[in-house]
Amino acid sequence: MDGRGILQGLAVTLKHFIASYVDDFKRKNRYFSEEGVKYRSSPEVEGIFTIQYPEERRILHENFRYIPFLVYDEGEEGQRDIRCTACGICAKVCPAQTIWIVRAKDPNTGRPVSKPAEFYIDTTLCMNCGLCAEFCPFDAIIMDHDFEIAVYDKPDMVFDIERLLRPASYYQQIRPTQYAQKAAEREAKAKAKAARRGAARTK
Amino acid sequence: MAQPAVAASDLEARFSDILTPDTRKGYEGYIVKPEGLLAFAKALRDEYGYDYLSSVTGVDYLPNDMMEVVYHAYKITGGPPLVFKVQVPRDNPVVPSVTSIWPGADFQEREAWDLLGIRFEGHPNLRRILLWEGFWGHPLRKDWREPYYEGEHKPFKQRTSGPHFWHEDHSPFGKNVDYPPGFDPYTWEPETADQILYESVVQRTRKPEQEELHSEQVVVNLGPQHPSTHGVFRMIATLDGETVVALEPVMGYLHRNHEKIGERNTWIMNIPYTDRLDYITAMSNNFGYVLAVEKLMGLEPPERAQYLRVIMAELTRIVNHMWAIGFLLNDLGAFFTPALYAIEERELILDIFEAASGSRMMNNYMRFGGVVRDIPEDAWDMLVKLVTDRLPRKIDELDRFLTHNEIIKSRCLGVGVLTPEQAIALSTAGPVLRASGVPYDVRRAEPYGIYDRFDFEVAVRYHGDVYDRYLIRIDEMRQSLRILEQAIRDIPERGAPILAGKPQYQVRVPAGEAYGRVEGPKGELGFYVVSTGKANPWRYHVRAPSFINLTALEAMSIGNKVADLVVILGSIDIVLGEVDR
Repeated sequence: MDGRGILQGLAVTLKHFIASYVDDFKRKNRYFSEEGVKYRSSPEVEGIFTIQYPEERRILHENFRYIPFLVYDEGEEGQRDIRCTACGICAKVCPAQTIWIVRAKDPNTGRPVSKPAEFYIDTTLCMNCGLCAEFCPFDAIIMDHDFEIAVYDKPDMVFDIERLLRPASYYQQIRPTQYAQKAAEREAKAKAKAARRGAARTK
Repeated sequence: MAQPAVAASDLEARFSDILTPDTRKGYEGYIVKPEGLLAFAKALRDEYGYDYLSSVTGVDYLPNDMMEVVYHAYKITGGPPLVFKVQVPRDNPVVPSVTSIWPGADFQEREAWDLLGIRFEGHPNLRRILLWEGFWGHPLRKDWREPYYEGEHKPFKQRTSGPHFWHEDHSPFGKNVDYPPGFDPYTWEPETADQILYESVVQRTRKPEQEELHSEQVVVNLGPQHPSTHGVFRMIATLDGETVVALEPVMGYLHRNHEKIGERNTWIMNIPYTDRLDYITAMSNNFGYVLAVEKLMGLEPPERAQYLRVIMAELTRIVNHMWAIGFLLNDLGAFFTPALYAIEERELILDIFEAASGSRMMNNYMRFGGVVRDIPEDAWDMLVKLVTDRLPRKIDELDRFLTHNEIIKSRCLGVGVLTPEQAIALSTAGPVLRASGVPYDVRRAEPYGIYDRFDFEVAVRYHGDVYDRYLIRIDEMRQSLRILEQAIRDIPERGAPILAGKPQYQVRVPAGEAYGRVEGPKGELGFYVVSTGKANPWRYHVRAPSFINLTALEAMSIGNKVADLVVILGSIDIVLGEVDR
């Protein structure tokens, strides 16, 4: 009990204290730059590692997931081709039961068509588990990266289809790997289908 | 520890009058008649060496009109469990309490009473534990319905087909609360329930000679809103001077009936819910649950998935122990410097979790038969750097920083001692058990996954005090690093399958029961599931290590000063999300 243990511990604190200043001198762009943020969330970091949100932001990984959005493809005439077919798998698999879909009807015949007329996600209940996106067969519902969704009024937290829709280009921007992989899968499937159809015709 | 004098197969012959094998399809173990339970349990503990009662689970078999209590007993020297059950009629479910044989059954029996209404005869303190005194009914019974009831199982029709409604329109003081007859919330005085509680604590310790001397014991209430309790948790301590003579933990403030929710969920919906049990160790929670369901399904995950699971589980252990040590130091008064040093490493590991699973804490990473996706390459590089270079360095630094500190030593040495006999009897698990000199680790005692392939030591310390419970966490982090190094070396190449079969959201789970247990960072985390072959579990029970470790809190605290209570609680390392479920 001669205090050597305490001194040893204080030496560690001192080392941390000095390291942050040494780092400040060594790295000119330690703060407020993408490079700096990257460094401060890398295994090499020494010294202070705090990221000064909101001036600085963490670089989110592609797989990061938050409240889902719906994907639409931009058509040639600027129309929005919603990928969702209102099959309801997401609503069935959702653990918190936050999704509610109304199927669209053909205006002429009145028969239901495979498109959603309304699509709601109650974000007060959504637990961001990502099961809806994982099991969507059409790559139509995707987990977002936008986590700043605070609103003043509670009813605004039920997202309707207008709030949920995002273009496929946005999807490609936040999840390039997944986008490319899914597109390749779809293409392969379409090719196989065409080949089968071709084979059937020659018979 | 008693070595079994006779083989377990002799059990049937010896107890032929009270014991029948459980012949239901998919079930294992024995059914014991309630009147013979105590004799059977005593023989099991003393003669057959099953001295560690891991889990007590109540199950309501409504169609058969019976209640069942399932016991999982283990030998502390390792090996598979001996499962035995007691069946009682549903209208009068009375089972003899085994607390006299395994004191660790205390809280678990109270839980079964609270949630299922099974009365345990001979239990010294059979009160509600997770719900409040005066709660109406026993919610885990299959015929119990909450006042605002949506359906027996998900998906709920009215939710998916609209129109939208707000939950609270059906709730507070409206339709969502149900009271026992004669109960009025406006005239009810909370003191009455508290007085019962305090009285029960004081009664236990009052001695006749104190009445004569006019000395009296003081009851001190710590919590539930106390910064040291790591959440909303309450300790009622009876003090003689400054010394604790009795202690009663009070919990349930965060209770949401996880198990009832779990029984209404489909099988896969439960995976993200397990994240929210012990939110520090979501990966381990996933692991335990998928292991139990895979047992029922007879699924074997592919090699790469097995390794990924081990990597994630061991990283979780480091995350948890970093957190535990940091906050133990907070409890000791070293405000946040050690905690932040520890949390920095945790943040880096969470980056890996985020890259692999999509979320830092609520991972939802494992699936039946594998994992949801492979770990991305950039995260893998980071993992290798962390495991081979940074983490060993930082753990050494933490060790140098804290271990020999005289203040820590004088606060922790000899404080909150739990003897090995107590630790086993009270069913403690994980670091608490191993710090008391019992080298019991599920990874070694009954290896699951691929843990039998790794070379590591079961960390053990022998004094059973707070200091050893701190040291053992440092030891375990080092062992985890050893496992991680081997896993990184041996894992099959990228591109190997990570899921057995196709991804499915409606899994077929054959009827039967299964108990999957993993060595979570806080101790043995077990999931007992019963399937009837339907889309959702019939019974879904969590053997929560921090809940059961709290059984030992009183034994640890008696004889210590009230000022040390905070650090003793901190050394158990509880997370209220798991305690209260």
